[in-house]
Amino acid sequence: MRRSPRLGVWLPPLAPSIVLLGLFVAGPILWCFYAAFTNSALSGIAARRPKFVGLDNFTTAFTSPDVASSLWLTVVFVVLSAVVGQNGLGILLAVFLQHRGKLLRGIVGTVVVAAWVLPEVVAAFAIYAFLNAQGTLNEVLGWFGLSQNWLYTAPMLAVVLANIWRGTAFSMLVYQAALSEVPSDLVEAAQVDGAGPVRRFWHVVLPVIRRTVVTNLMLITLQTLGVFGLIYVLTAGGPDNKTRTLPLLMYEQAFKFGQIGYGTAIALVLLVLGAVFSLVYIRSLKAEV
Amino acid sequence: MRGPRLVVNLVLLVVAVLFVAPLLWLVTASFDTHGGLAAKVPGEATLGNFGQILNWQVGGRPLVNGLLISAGTAIIAVVAAVLAAYPLSRFQLRFRRPFLYTILFTTGLPVTAIMVPVYGLFVRLSLVDSLWGTTVFLAATALPMAIWMCKNFMDGIPVSLEEAAWVDGASSLQALRSIVLPLMAPGVAVVGIFTFITAWGNFFVPFVLLLDPDKMPASVGIFSFFGQNGLVAYGQLAAYSILYTAPVLALYLVVSRWLGGGFSMAGAVKA
Repeated sequence: MRRSPRLGVWLPPLAPSIVLLGLFVAGPILWCFYAAFTNSALSGIAARRPKFVGLDNFTTAFTSPDVASSLWLTVVFVVLSAVVGQNGLGILLAVFLQHRGKLLRGIVGTVVVAAWVLPEVVAAFAIYAFLNAQGTLNEVLGWFGLSQNWLYTAPMLAVVLANIWRGTAFSMLVYQAALSEVPSDLVEAAQVDGAGPVRRFWHVVLPVIRRTVVTNLMLITLQTLGVFGLIYVLTAGGPDNKTRTLPLLMYEQAFKFGQIGYGTAIALVLLVLGAVFSLVYIRSLKAEV
Repeated sequence: MRGPRLVVNLVLLVVAVLFVAPLLWLVTASFDTHGGLAAKVPGEATLGNFGQILNWQVGGRPLVNGLLISAGTAIIAVVAAVLAAYPLSRFQLRFRRPFLYTILFTTGLPVTAIMVPVYGLFVRLSLVDSLWGTTVFLAATALPMAIWMCKNFMDGIPVSLEEAAWVDGASSLQALRSIVLPLMAPGVAVVGIFTFITAWGNFFVPFVLLLDPDKMPASVGIFSFFGQNGLVAYGQLAAYSILYTAPVLALYLVVSRWLGGGFSMAGAVKA
């Protein structure tokens, strides 16, 4: 390692990245904080000369039933599909697959990863067809007289299942990698002491992979907070706004109704929600250590 | 221990069936010119659906646009990331740690959340509806991950090899090009492919930043096709989906053969 070289040596190679990240990532985030306090719009006078409106957007946002319901739907969507669904199923699959034969590992691994590798829109089409009134699921459920139009009768369940289907592979791969590094003598020692599989997992394996769990939860939570295409293709936020999470509300307000300032305030709510989730995860790690 | 093992195997098989079920329709309907929404073995398997969408207007142009955008994104991101990774990997810089932590934090940032201000920025810079603007923006959002991966790959290459070059008076850029890059070529390829796949599948960014239907990449093109014809031509929609997915599948297989699966997720997440 070379010790503190001159500015002319280290800055030029970093410059392209700093410019790109500054202009297109840091810039927009900072601009969020400014625009959320203006009446900036897509067209009309407010587009050319946005006025400072103080906390108006936030008062509107926090008193509007739209934002409150979207915020709630987003939390439900994240907790059910990411924290419980992807994370839980991912860890279950990783544990169950750990000592299986090569064939079973191969089949389950390939199938689960296939859903993850598909582009977002294609995954949404596949689930759309699967859950549709004339879809595969209803063909099967029809034998039992249980068929219905899932996208209308249980839209939130439909998008939650869609996101579990699409995202579980990531958690599974992360946990498979983590489990393979758990020292086997630890687990064997617990087994000799008479601990059953559940207790071995809970008291021996889980504490060892604790950091991976928290990192994984953080990553999939932030990913799920930003999910747009999957829900937009499946339900477009409907029916009756029952699946209109914050990204869809933000899109609607900013681009359909042209209220950029208000849309930015919603985006800020989304960013803050992500920060709150992250803080909870980081705190939980500190509390445990 | 027979009982529990059987239960576990059963659970795994059920999960596999549930995961594969939604995929069946994509395959069966694409070869069935009378395809509906349920998975059914087609009466006669034909390539008719593929023929229907393989024209310039429906399938061709969006796929080419997607290729231009994704390849451009991958090239810009890889070049910028390799350059940035070099000083971060090789020099002792005072801001190295905070910079790397910021990068790592940014990899998790949902891009969706900044699309409204980005659109505002694009209006100011007159970049709305520009393929270049969209490509450069996608490259910027891919950069944190690309820099992180490049730096990790570069850390794996011993510095001693370059020290000889430094002593001989080579500049750091010369050392990067002639010594480090050839050694980490597979790593660079992985970063490029990873960036390409992410950009290829991105729906929201081109959906917001591009307006002209002629400029839309396949991710948006297939969605508009769904809106216009999907309600009648499900077979064609499935065929289109398969065409659009094929490059991603191929690239994924290449990378997972290379690294032994999952984009070597372990190293990326442990951090």
